[in-house]
Amino acid sequence: MSGRKIGEVILDLKNISLSFGGVKALQDISFDVREHEIRAIIGPNGAGKSSMLNVINGVYRPQEGDIILRGVHHANMDSYGAAKAGLARTFQNIALFKGMSVLDNIMTGRNLKMKANMLQQAFWLGPAQREELEHRAKVEEIIDFLEIQHIRKTPVGRLPYGLQKRVDLARALAMEPQVLLLDEPMAGMNVEEKQDMCRFILDVNDQFGTTVVLIEHDMGVVMDISDRVVVLDYGKKIGDGTPDEVRANPDVISAYLGASH
Amino acid sequence: MAFFLETLLGGLMSGMLYSLVALGFVLIYKASGVFNFAQGAMVLFAALSMARFSEWIPEWLGMDNLFMANVLAFAVSVVVMFVVAWLIERLVLRHLVNQEGATLLMATLGIAYFLDGVGQTIFGSDIYKIDVGMPKEPVMMLESVFEGGILINKEDFVAAFISALLVVALSIFFQKTSTGRALRAVADDHQAAQSIGIPLNRSWVIVWCVAGITALVAGVIWGSKLGAQFSLSTVALRALPVVILGGLTSVPGAIIGGLIIGVGEKLSEVYLGPYVGGGIEIWFAYMLALVFLLFRPQGLFGEKIIDRV
Amino acid sequence: MFYRENGQFKTSYKSDQQIFPIPQDRWAILAIIAIAFFVIPLMVDEYLFRAILIPFLILSLAALGVNILVGYCGQITLGAGAFMAVGAYAAYNFLIRVSGMPALGAILLGGFTAAAVGIVFGIPSLRVRGLYLAVATLAAQFFWDWAFLRVKWFTNDASSGSVSVADIDVFGWIVNTPTDKYLFCLGILVIFSLMAKNLVRGNMGRQWMAIRDMDVAATVIGIRPLYAKLTAFAVSSFYLGVAGALWGMINLGSWEPAAFSIDRSFQLLFMVIIGGMGAIAGSFFGAAFIVILPIFLNQILPVIGGLFGLEVSIALVSHVEIMIFGALIVFFLIVEPHGIARLWSTGREKLRLWPFPH
Repeated sequence: MSGRKIGEVILDLKNISLSFGGVKALQDISFDVREHEIRAIIGPNGAGKSSMLNVINGVYRPQEGDIILRGVHHANMDSYGAAKAGLARTFQNIALFKGMSVLDNIMTGRNLKMKANMLQQAFWLGPAQREELEHRAKVEEIIDFLEIQHIRKTPVGRLPYGLQKRVDLARALAMEPQVLLLDEPMAGMNVEEKQDMCRFILDVNDQFGTTVVLIEHDMGVVMDISDRVVVLDYGKKIGDGTPDEVRANPDVISAYLGASH
Repeated sequence: MAFFLETLLGGLMSGMLYSLVALGFVLIYKASGVFNFAQGAMVLFAALSMARFSEWIPEWLGMDNLFMANVLAFAVSVVVMFVVAWLIERLVLRHLVNQEGATLLMATLGIAYFLDGVGQTIFGSDIYKIDVGMPKEPVMMLESVFEGGILINKEDFVAAFISALLVVALSIFFQKTSTGRALRAVADDHQAAQSIGIPLNRSWVIVWCVAGITALVAGVIWGSKLGAQFSLSTVALRALPVVILGGLTSVPGAIIGGLIIGVGEKLSEVYLGPYVGGGIEIWFAYMLALVFLLFRPQGLFGEKIIDRV
Repeated sequence: MFYRENGQFKTSYKSDQQIFPIPQDRWAILAIIAIAFFVIPLMVDEYLFRAILIPFLILSLAALGVNILVGYCGQITLGAGAFMAVGAYAAYNFLIRVSGMPALGAILLGGFTAAAVGIVFGIPSLRVRGLYLAVATLAAQFFWDWAFLRVKWFTNDASSGSVSVADIDVFGWIVNTPTDKYLFCLGILVIFSLMAKNLVRGNMGRQWMAIRDMDVAATVIGIRPLYAKLTAFAVSSFYLGVAGALWGMINLGSWEPAAFSIDRSFQLLFMVIIGGMGAIAGSFFGAAFIVILPIFLNQILPVIGGLFGLEVSIALVSHVEIMIFGALIVFFLIVEPHGIARLWSTGREKLRLWPFPH
């Protein structure tokens, strides 16, 4: 990993608890994310990883706990507010807009930065047109970056799974986020696709300095690319540290590594 | 007071009939997740079939027995509704499995138009009589309690009784028989039901047949009151707020929702109507449903809708 | 000339983002508009204007409105007719109550009034969807049906809600002959269609479609459902309101609330389903289809009946008509949910490759 420098804490999660009815999905979980780092959340199925991500970007509201983003408290984060605050995410089950082309899907990521009003858009007046072209140029950079030029006009529904995942990432990147949340970005991919995706994640982190929080099942990948790892099991945090520390943690070994590897 | 009671009872009676149509909605929605906009068209179709066959059968057979004619016409109409149910499953629903609710809703709107057209092409489009010997004369009740007593339409009374009977019969069918249990299993979880060997397509046909029979009963009752005519088809629109109020997945909800709407319509029309120019029955029910939607989208007895990401 | 893009290279994003990026399309659209404005008025008789062309233009405008809401934003409506009624009666009131109100101003104000009402009745869409939303829009339908029939103020004390207006005056041009009416409606339709096309290809349209396709994901990338849904309701109702005002003041001249009944709402929804949800062109196909089919059946069914020695009554024709509508709705929902517009664009794809099969 080249010249990037891990900075101060950018995202701090404190004592998060979340339950659905009687089911406790997350219990008193705290961890932090530092600027420019790649932070992984791992754990067996049902450990609460996706719930954790959903709490961070406001899809679920935790019953207790505090989310501090760049020093600002967001006790009641909602998804729109999270997007405005610079959080972007991808989804485990791809959530692309299936009726739209790849280009349009990625362009939606620019929504928060587009300011032309409805009348200007209706008549395609100067500001609207200018804005559309500026953001198109930006989106084309991302398209080049992720090497999906050849499919930009294709409706996303027609794309194979691996490419859809890449478009999902492109849409999140179009938001120019400070923190990028990735929900199992490599699930269901073959080795080649996984390698590509790893490279993209590392490049994003390296070139744009984007902080990455990711959930991943593939232990090899996680240990290779992340700076620090949080381990969840049954909604509780059982480990936190560098990949080597986590690997050596006896709780983690018995709960996770020991069980499945 | 007597007038209030009279209005209240009138509302309860017509509410019972709404319940009957709402029941058809709920049965189909529970089993297949389809909101059947064509329920009203099915009521019309059934009523027309009943009216015309009770007229044609005596002609064909050269007999002159009203009771027999009605029994035969009812039997033929049951068969007709079964055929309709089977065709709908075969030609439409089977091809729309797993589609969004809105698509299915629009498809049943198409079915409604088609049934209206076919029904009137085959059976004609005048007003036809259904005479199943419902008592027509009104009776006075509670004369000892109020001065002048309260006036009740016997026909409404019989109608409400038949509706109640049908509801009980359906409850027994769903709770006690193995077919009924299978249908409830399908309603709870399509895939799980299929995996234990309940044939999905056949269940849907059965449910549509049951809904067809409730449509026939509703059609006969309304038809003998108002005549079998095109306006019956709009009864679906009158009963729609009922299911929203009661909850789309709840049989008791359909009954109680029907009664509330029936009473609400009558009371609002009588006590509120004069101040705003009258004719508020129909939108009053909708506004009531709309208020409910905003505060309790699942209705009085429906299951809570939970979105998952 | 072949319909093909070989040799056409886009050298800037600007040329790639034109309203019709393919030159052949651009020319075809211009040619159609030119023919509609300059050739048709010379060739067509009064009956055709009254029975087909004027209704087609106005209903296309209304179908555009429904398509924005249903096809682009994915919010079902069964109350489109109510918003046409609001537009028509609001325009009427502006015209008779505000002295010196120009007709065009009244029509546009009718549209804006409908937009405001549309926003109010769109609020339930923030909490409910699908069938439940359909119920909310039905509430609008029945409420306004009643209001224009019973609340005398709206209709200037006219009995049973029937009102009429004189020939309208657009900057000194008295729109009274069928040709005038046709040209006036055509002008409005062309402008409104271009506006709709611009909206749906820009950021607004992307927000609508994002909400339609996956609302949770849309929120996560920073689209506010509140804003996207209510703007869709507003724009849709604005189009419907203007269409309603035109239907009343230009097509009918005098009208009653029944002109905008629930049947009209269903008819508009059918246009969009048959024509093509989420396609601007679909609104035109759908409107054309629904305007022409009854006239076609009226001509052809008696002939067919004659072949078999049957008498075909007017009632029978209308029954066959609704049967065909019903069957077509189901057919399109099952076989081609994107309607005639998709068949059309598939045909165009084929044409691009013609005469080669792949």
